[in-house]
Amino acid sequence: MGTVTAQGLSKSFGKVQALDGVTLDVPDGAFFVVLGPSGAGKTTTLRAIAGLTKLDAGSVHLDGRDATGDAPADRDLAMVFQNYALYPRHTAYENIASPLRARGRPASEIAAAVDRISGLLHIERLLQRRPAQLSGGEMQRVALARALVRSPRAFLMDEPLTNLDLKLRVEMRTELTRIHRSLGATFVYVTNDQVEALSMADQIAVLKAGRVQQVGTPAEVYERPANQWVAGFVGSPPISLLACRAEGDRLIGAAGWSLPRPGWTTAEDGRPLLLGLRSEDLSVEQRGDAALPGELYGLEPLGDRTVVDVRVGTDLLKVKARPTISGTPGERLLVTVDLDRAHLFDASTGQSLSAATR
Amino acid sequence: MAVSVNEAVPASPVRDRTPPARRIGGGGRGRSVLEIALLTVLAVVMLFPVLWMIETSIKENRDVYAVPAKFVDFQVTLAHYRDVFVDPGGGRSALSVAFLNSVLVAGVSTVLATLLGVPAAWAYSRFALKAKKDQLFFILSTRFMPPVVVVIPIFLMYRQVGLIDTPLGLILIYTAFNLPFTIWMIKGFVDEVPAEYEDAAMLDGYTRLQAFRKFTLPLLVPGIAATAVFALIFSWNEFVFAIFLTSSDDVRTAPPAIAGLIGGTTVDWGLVAASSVVFALPVLVFAYLVRRHLVAGVTLGAVRR
Repeated sequence: MGTVTAQGLSKSFGKVQALDGVTLDVPDGAFFVVLGPSGAGKTTTLRAIAGLTKLDAGSVHLDGRDATGDAPADRDLAMVFQNYALYPRHTAYENIASPLRARGRPASEIAAAVDRISGLLHIERLLQRRPAQLSGGEMQRVALARALVRSPRAFLMDEPLTNLDLKLRVEMRTELTRIHRSLGATFVYVTNDQVEALSMADQIAVLKAGRVQQVGTPAEVYERPANQWVAGFVGSPPISLLACRAEGDRLIGAAGWSLPRPGWTTAEDGRPLLLGLRSEDLSVEQRGDAALPGELYGLEPLGDRTVVDVRVGTDLLKVKARPTISGTPGERLLVTVDLDRAHLFDASTGQSLSAATR
Repeated sequence: MAVSVNEAVPASPVRDRTPPARRIGGGGRGRSVLEIALLTVLAVVMLFPVLWMIETSIKENRDVYAVPAKFVDFQVTLAHYRDVFVDPGGGRSALSVAFLNSVLVAGVSTVLATLLGVPAAWAYSRFALKAKKDQLFFILSTRFMPPVVVVIPIFLMYRQVGLIDTPLGLILIYTAFNLPFTIWMIKGFVDEVPAEYEDAAMLDGYTRLQAFRKFTLPLLVPGIAATAVFALIFSWNEFVFAIFLTSSDDVRTAPPAIAGLIGGTTVDWGLVAASSVVFALPVLVFAYLVRRHLVAGVTLGAVRR
């Protein structure tokens, strides 16, 4: 068992409201990612669950039992810190053994457990070294091993891959997913990297300024963002947003363009809207009924694809195109829009106006 | 070892190596000669009193008063050193009692200030407290005025509670005077130790205090040693409180006792010099033993992680 339920977590540091009623429900065995920009309250949420931060309001239930006032040691959780927090005077072995020693396990059991976990993470040859003698990637593995050496109720991970270089980060993503699958344990994983979130999570909670914006599977968060902010934060290149309003069966853009009104939206006529278009739902190579006239602004070749920047009025559209595309800035072109996959947001509240059933 | 306590935290490479001394102009050799000359002059000016003290302490009394002064051609004697410890009439001398009093008062007050200061510094570093900055400022403000400003009120208070002319009275006042310094200094060292070590230890299954004792405290030892030496030097050298708050030879510490040798009709300068040398030695030895930590403590904050 390993369910984590956070109910209405609130915490302020001086004048800064770090958490403002954060509610999360992490099911047993989930890879649950808390995603948000820096300062969103992700780490505070994790520390509150771990018992390292005293809450102003709210409760934490572990396996259904109220653990809000419990000491960290009594919560049966393991945590991987962003800076690893390996004890500098202790060897890797001692670091990994620490959770078992703290709980007074016999030496033979500790040796066996450290052996098993260092095999799993391929760090056997590092065990006698001190943290200062380890590279960043090695420290990361030792920190992970210190968490994994026990079978706690849940694992808390605070941006564990942030300090690694890109290649190692991609490797460790796969490795962590593999470990999660083989353990079947609950992971609460904090990150500001939406790629990590989309690629690893069973469920994502998107956090902004101490409030949960949306909770859902990676597909739900990407395909049906709850509001304009989530749409902009998740996805790369970022979603393009165009100001417009509905009029009859048309969407009229502030820049003068006009598109057929999608059947799925319920927005009344005249209300200021934002049309959200992801780069892969736009094309400068295909022809279709729904198209926006614009001019070429620039090309960003990314190897496997090229992102074409198209200026429509004063807005910039990011359009995904094949890598061999070419063009000269200023050139007139038509951007075909897949309206079935477009998003509409209320321009004043930012809330999604796309029907949930779509 | 170096004072870097956050060895496990990956950060930019440590840049604590000072660049080689810059030489202006091409005359490297000429400049270093000038440097050596200036440093020699400075060293002579600084060290001459010390040298003269040591010389006086081993001169016969008639050589002490010789005119012109004798630098090298004097009779060496250790009689003054004997007089420091042994009374001319036999038995223990008053000065040796004063030295023992100094050891007791300075030692106990330093231990007390450290025992109280370390937990306080840790708490001020780690916990969110109401008006923390104001509290810290208040603590420091007790050091803003020189001891002589408060000695009269303290004398009056001590007379009321019977602490005048007791070792305990001196121990308490030295502890009180050292505590702000200890808290501030050690707080700086605790600030340098990432709080995550304790967080990680608590998740490992330790209590907060265990986490502090097992993982943070060992990293603080150099800082605590440096701080304790400073506190010890203050207590050892302190004069104003000692002379106002003690009167009997049984309680008096070394500084007022040595000062008491000067005055009267004749001054035994040889004894004054010998007791001064004996008085200076412990501090020198201590400072030498912890010199590296002292430098680290004094330059704290100058070295970035």
